[in-house]
Amino acid sequence: MTVPSNSYLVLVVLMVVAVAFAAVPLTLAWLWSKFYSPKKPGKDKNAIYECGLESKGDAWIQFKSEYYLYAIIFLVFDVETIFLLPFAVSFGGLTVGAFIAMMVFLLLLVEGLVWAWQKGVLTWK
Amino acid sequence: MIDEGLRSELQKQGVFTTTLEEVYNWGRANSVWPLTFGLACCAIEMIAASMARFDMARFGAEVFRPSPRQADLMIVAGTVTKKMAPLVVRLYNQMPEPKYVIAMGACAISGGPFKQGYNVLKGIDRYLPVDVVIPGCPPRPEALIHAFMTLQEKITGQKLTGPERARHLDPNAPSEFPVPQYGEKDLEPPSNPKLWQPPNVQT
Repeated sequence: MTVPSNSYLVLVVLMVVAVAFAAVPLTLAWLWSKFYSPKKPGKDKNAIYECGLESKGDAWIQFKSEYYLYAIIFLVFDVETIFLLPFAVSFGGLTVGAFIAMMVFLLLLVEGLVWAWQKGVLTWK
Repeated sequence: MIDEGLRSELQKQGVFTTTLEEVYNWGRANSVWPLTFGLACCAIEMIAASMARFDMARFGAEVFRPSPRQADLMIVAGTVTKKMAPLVVRLYNQMPEPKYVIAMGACAISGGPFKQGYNVLKGIDRYLPVDVVIPGCPPRPEALIHAFMTLQEKITGQKLTGPERARHLDPNAPSEFPVPQYGEKDLEPPSNPKLWQPPNVQT
């Protein structure tokens, strides 16, 4: 037996077999339904939502926009945590410039928190 | 169509013959997927039948589908209240063909011990074509397995063509049945007259 000169031929064969493996049963099923099974669509069968209960109302509902405040506050603390950890680890070797830059960054976030506090977001209603 | 005598003669010689119909029905009978659908205490027995001890998987029916779109078999396991009946019929309507119904237990057959109850449907066969009924209150998992094998027998016996063919292959047989509405006192209509007529009792 000789080794095929183009080793990628195996991949092509595998590809063809893989496509045929999926396509042949689907084609057979399609042919079967064409020759034997009559189509019987109906109101319930074609319903979008499969459930014993009929769906009511619209899927396009309005969402309370107040939730964006929670998202913003989450972001404040989240970003703070991500940057504070490497800041704390490399604190000893930091230059004065880097330290001031970090403090400005923290100040901005704290400012955001103060703004949210004043807006009354932190009090539970 | 091959002659039965010739067929058994061939089989003795080691030649196995089959028909398209048999292969089709063999495949269908061994991959009946029930709908995950329990109504009352019979559902507990149904769950037990699908677990390792009774092992419905031996019959190709362990795949309880959570969607009617993927199911072939509806096991009406338990009391059908009048509140639930339209939902049961709608779920049946949403199942693709071919579809079968097993009425499991006394309640699904006739209302059972709750037959006198004002809110209990006296048998799901008033709205759906039931293929196999299992008596019992509740039937044991073995009884469900027996019902299942009976259904498999029914499926393997179904014809592909001709006037006796299976219901799903008949273009005139309905695939959906009318869903009852909640009426003032009872479901409207109280039964599907094409499927069920009150028994004529002579006194």
